[in-house]
Amino acid sequence: MARQKLKEILINRDWCKGCGICVHFCPTKVLELDGKEKSTAVRPEDCICCRMCELRCPDLAIEVLIEEDGNE
Amino acid sequence: MAVKDYLRERYFPHMWCPGCGHGTILNSLIRAVEELQLHKNEIVMVSGIGCSARISGYVDFHSLHTIHGRALTFATGVKLSQPRLKVLVPMGDGDALAIGGNHFIHAARRNIDITAIVMNNRIYGMTGGQFSPLSGPGVKATTAPFTTIDDNFDVVELATAAGASFVARSTAFHVKETTEILKKAIMHKGFSVVELLSQCPTHYGRKNKEGDAASMLDLQKSGTAKIGSKALEKNPALTPRGIFVDTDKPEYCEEYDKIIAHATKENIS
Repeated sequence: MARQKLKEILINRDWCKGCGICVHFCPTKVLELDGKEKSTAVRPEDCICCRMCELRCPDLAIEVLIEEDGNE
Repeated sequence: MAVKDYLRERYFPHMWCPGCGHGTILNSLIRAVEELQLHKNEIVMVSGIGCSARISGYVDFHSLHTIHGRALTFATGVKLSQPRLKVLVPMGDGDALAIGGNHFIHAARRNIDITAIVMNNRIYGMTGGQFSPLSGPGVKATTAPFTTIDDNFDVVELATAAGASFVARSTAFHVKETTEILKKAIMHKGFSVVELLSQCPTHYGRKNKEGDAASMLDLQKSGTAKIGSKALEKNPALTPRGIFVDTDKPEYCEEYDKIIAHATKENIS
């Protein structure tokens, strides 16, 4: 399987309620809550594309866009 | 189709509290439906009353938001009239086993092809945090300020004894496992019960000093173990997760069709 590379972490700020589940469980601490208590990707370069934030988000506010190396 | 194609986006952001496990269960359920590549027109979601029941408003399937505890009865009617449809019935712990306890065991007994999902947060969240039949002893609730004294139902054992032909349990923490279990439950022919442990940080978590949503999820991780795992062998006090029952039994709609065929043949001759 080709190594997965992050394209972008899309966070819907209107849907995010700032519960902090994504921040707590991110294995590489990519996400943080900003001043308005909304999740933001502060270290996207560390993202390993496990997509656990997207799968666990209770507000369905996160989408991890992935591009595969060599393709696209 | 993408996940968002299965949602009614005009109702978002949803009404659940920040960190509510029900949102994660909706997330896992939508992904299960997406991975099964089911068409929106093939699915009917029937729900009762409570925080959990609001889920039927957020999905772009056929949906029925019915009366408290009676979601399974409406679902039985839908399934009998349109057996080709997949009927999903998400219920809260109180909705399924207190108000609708009778309907729950009888739907299981009939083995009608419905997927019942018990979103168990161990509390009545919408009405302000009263304890439910799944709270268990030693739990603080607004109706039990000095902690509860009554034992809880074990959904898995109850559903198994009542005759459900597919019984499983997972949590809002184990999202991939939940999606896999839901896929199997939806495709199973017969009555499927999936208990999903959920967290209510607003009422249960706050009263029982379990912290925020993330630390409640940590408890779901540390308090459960897969059936057949070493962790469960070492510590049988953990809540087992996995598929407990998966059997083939005569399904109600099919048996009913046989009766119709039998009765009409007699009338003609």
